[in-house]
Amino acid sequence: MAHDHDGHHHHHDGEGQEPPSDMALRVKALETLLVDKGLVDPAALDAIIDTYEHKVGPRNGARVVARAWSDPAYKARLMADATAAIAELDYEGRQGEHMVVVENTPEVHNLVVCTLCSCYPWPVLGLPPVWYKSAPYRSRAVIDPRGVMAEFGTTVPDDIEIRVWDSTAEVRYLVLPERPAGTEGLDEAALAELVTRDGMIGVRRL
Amino acid sequence: MNGIHDMGGMHGMGPIAPEADEPVFHADWEAKVLALNLASNSGWNIDAGRHQIELIPAPDYLRMTYYEKWFRRVQELLVIHGAITPEELASGRPDPGAERKAPRLPAAMVGPVLRRGGPATREVDIAPAFQPGDRVRAKDLNPTGHTRLPRYAKGRVGTVVRDHGVHVFPDTNAHFQGEHPHHLYSVRFEARELWGETAGARDAVYVDLWESYLERA
Repeated sequence: MAHDHDGHHHHHDGEGQEPPSDMALRVKALETLLVDKGLVDPAALDAIIDTYEHKVGPRNGARVVARAWSDPAYKARLMADATAAIAELDYEGRQGEHMVVVENTPEVHNLVVCTLCSCYPWPVLGLPPVWYKSAPYRSRAVIDPRGVMAEFGTTVPDDIEIRVWDSTAEVRYLVLPERPAGTEGLDEAALAELVTRDGMIGVRRL
Repeated sequence: MNGIHDMGGMHGMGPIAPEADEPVFHADWEAKVLALNLASNSGWNIDAGRHQIELIPAPDYLRMTYYEKWFRRVQELLVIHGAITPEELASGRPDPGAERKAPRLPAAMVGPVLRRGGPATREVDIAPAFQPGDRVRAKDLNPTGHTRLPRYAKGRVGTVVRDHGVHVFPDTNAHFQGEHPHHLYSVRFEARELWGETAGARDAVYVDLWESYLERA
């Protein structure tokens, strides 16, 4: 595992038993209990994990961006009603119920954060990376967006306005990056290859 | 609540440290925790779920990983909502004589349920108090329960840029006191209004705020 364990476990008051020392064992114990009680269908767990490991991820968002770059009418629909335009590509549902797309231009750069928890547009970007959910990013993105972006190797000139979008409600934001120069000859599939997750969060420029 | 989760604008949390080629999950148990949270929902809503994580004491909140918090949250909610007993949680076995329940989310429903999601908008005809362009001030509200008004915006003046329509109100919904849907707005705060003269002169933070968080400025 990529994180530290401090050796402490988080007791529920009144629990008389020492919990197992390892998260895997503790989670397995809860899973077994819930399956034994009939509350959880084990096949449902597999289906959920398969969805977020294999079916939903930033390639979805990249297709949306590439379509917007290639098709002006699609881009117009995307900017007017992002939820409906994204559903045209068959991406919809949990944590993407109310989508808004914010467009980078030569004058404006957009950056998305959730300072209060970890809100993120799952249908187009998948589950958020650890850094997006972590205290350093959540605390500083709103007060020091240029310093945050610098940690990703991104420099934004002072004459470009930075707009930080704090996802405090059920509205989810996707950044539409600027189409890179010199890509005029590329088709939609090739354009999608240029689009990165970090570009659609706004911490990097393409 | 003015909890540790409300961390926008704080310093001292360390470097961001993005991980190259990060996997979706760092261990199988993380995937299982995500799936258990979604598949075992026994009557709570998304706002109550967020609030349960906010209730983790601050020192633990900062020390625990994301999925450790999710694991704690699902155990607590399952007990609070009576799906399991504290004794079952401790023993890992159903209580003697416990009635076998039906799955909350049958495998066949996973696709449709994820695809439908949980829209927060409600078809209620309420006139908006504010229009795009209106100047508004975020009220200095300090409820001890759940709220989505971040501390850094309180008392600050911004401009309404968009009316998102009528959305469920988390402050009541999290506590099962009703959805009380009302207008939600995107409000633009100039960076210098929030952070003072050292902030970028052109920069801004956009916050989604419910009408009851706002007053005319």
